[in-house]
Amino acid sequence: MSHLFSLPPVSRRTWKVWHRNLVVFVRTWHVNFFPPLVEALLYLFAIGMGIGSYVKEIDGIPYINFIAPAILAIAVMNSAFFECTYGSYVRMYYQKSFDAMIATPLSIEDVIAGEILWGATRSVIYVIIMLPVLAAFGVISFPSALLAVPLAFLGGLMFAGIAMCFTAITPGIDTLNYPSFLFITPMALFSGTFFPLTLLPVGLQYFALAILPLTHLVAIMRMFTLPAFSLTILLHLAWIMAATAIFCIVAINLMRKRLIV
Amino acid sequence: MNGIIEAQGLRKNFGMLVAVDGISFSVRKGEIFGFLGPNGAGKTTTMKMIACVSPRTSGVLSVFGMDPDENPAEIKQHLGVVPQETNLDPDFTCFGNLFTYSGYFDIPTHSAQKKSDELLEFVQLQEKRNVKVEKLSGGMKRRLILARALVNNPDLLILDEPTIGLDPQARHLIWEKLKTLQAQGNTIVLTTHYLDEAARLCDRLVIMDKGKILVKGAPADLVKKYVGEEIVEVEKSAEVLFCLAAHNIPHEVTGDTVQIATGSSREIAKILLDSCQPKKMLTRLATLEDVFLKLTGRTLRD
Repeated sequence: MSHLFSLPPVSRRTWKVWHRNLVVFVRTWHVNFFPPLVEALLYLFAIGMGIGSYVKEIDGIPYINFIAPAILAIAVMNSAFFECTYGSYVRMYYQKSFDAMIATPLSIEDVIAGEILWGATRSVIYVIIMLPVLAAFGVISFPSALLAVPLAFLGGLMFAGIAMCFTAITPGIDTLNYPSFLFITPMALFSGTFFPLTLLPVGLQYFALAILPLTHLVAIMRMFTLPAFSLTILLHLAWIMAATAIFCIVAINLMRKRLIV
Repeated sequence: MNGIIEAQGLRKNFGMLVAVDGISFSVRKGEIFGFLGPNGAGKTTTMKMIACVSPRTSGVLSVFGMDPDENPAEIKQHLGVVPQETNLDPDFTCFGNLFTYSGYFDIPTHSAQKKSDELLEFVQLQEKRNVKVEKLSGGMKRRLILARALVNNPDLLILDEPTIGLDPQARHLIWEKLKTLQAQGNTIVLTTHYLDEAARLCDRLVIMDKGKILVKGAPADLVKKYVGEEIVEVEKSAEVLFCLAAHNIPHEVTGDTVQIATGSSREIAKILLDSCQPKKMLTRLATLEDVFLKLTGRTLRD
């Protein structure tokens, strides 16, 4: 067990892997830039304006402003998670890209760290595309909302690390559906996203705070976009940073165990 | 310890399975060195240990005088690898594959572009420069993988079944390229199932089975030592078998044929014709295939 938590040796070559994914992403930009725009608009119209016309405000905040940070946080989660589950799995298993890369001076640790960094970068790109859309609807406040960009990287790293742990242990691509539907989808609904956490029974509130990573990301994101800062941001940040470190380290070690035999 | 690769008592276990069972060999600079053997002999595992992607269980292994466990990045910087499975990057064109791969070796952009184009020409794929790799035929993909293995001007090339599934034209082209590379001073290690390929290309080779090296040496020497110079094949019949036994001639029966390995096919043929009433008979030179089958048997492996 102990080797799962040992610090993996990652060199600066990890950025080569990140760069490879960036090149492919930029070349296919037209398919990559569209989804975040559409996603932001869908949430704003369906939930913000649809449900928002009944639920006028929550704790004195207009409903659409309440969910705007959740839209960002969910985008951070989804883009990193799906990139490092299905995306990485395809590159690992079907394209054998990792095998090709580790025949060069790149190590498996470099490759996996590069994939995780890339997953986090996708989260950042997603948020950068969504911010102007949300700004156009006047549902987030600047300049504090710009802090969503660095937060997207941190949150992206966390979800990329979590995703890579699943990718490292999944027997096949189909079984990746389990974490998607049993972990990601419920989390998107019950992490203080579309209704406040306080509406949940107390036990579930503690559960969400203790176990669901998205809870902390949404909380910080909301402080940035409203803005409404409080000292609890430190607790949320500490939780995310600890989870990020643990999951990224375990992910790399699990992947090494899977691929280097 | 002055070879490009030195292995002593090299061993690899996968759980209870012993894939490579304490083999020793030495590859000299500038030679083409072959690993032959049936499926499951441990050839690919050996290649992976040399290529620093699979750690050995025990034994000594050094590549360029370095230990793959200690200095993998330094070794891999000077290695070119052609894997058994095609793992070109489907997100890139032919040129893109070579150029991106150059990046992994820290080759500066300008030289990487130049080298990538040179290599496309070397493997005769310049017309496919901007074509996605999924549009290539099997032979073209293998050629592109060979080109990709050369982006870093490697001192040592490791090829795991480089011509698997190729048509004769493509195989000949790859052979020619490998000979060219050897003439330029490259050291080449390859595995193959094709014994004609091994006989044609390899300066020295080993035949492996069940994780062990059975024999090593130059192809011609091995043929001479283990089989002889010539083979006489006769159609099997009771008379022939009885007659061979009566003359005390050692022989091997395979299916409908009786094979007699000999230094002089003339003598054997004369005896057969004079006293055994053979139906069909032919004489031929002994080949590496005869050595291989003699040493590893005729049973199917998987």
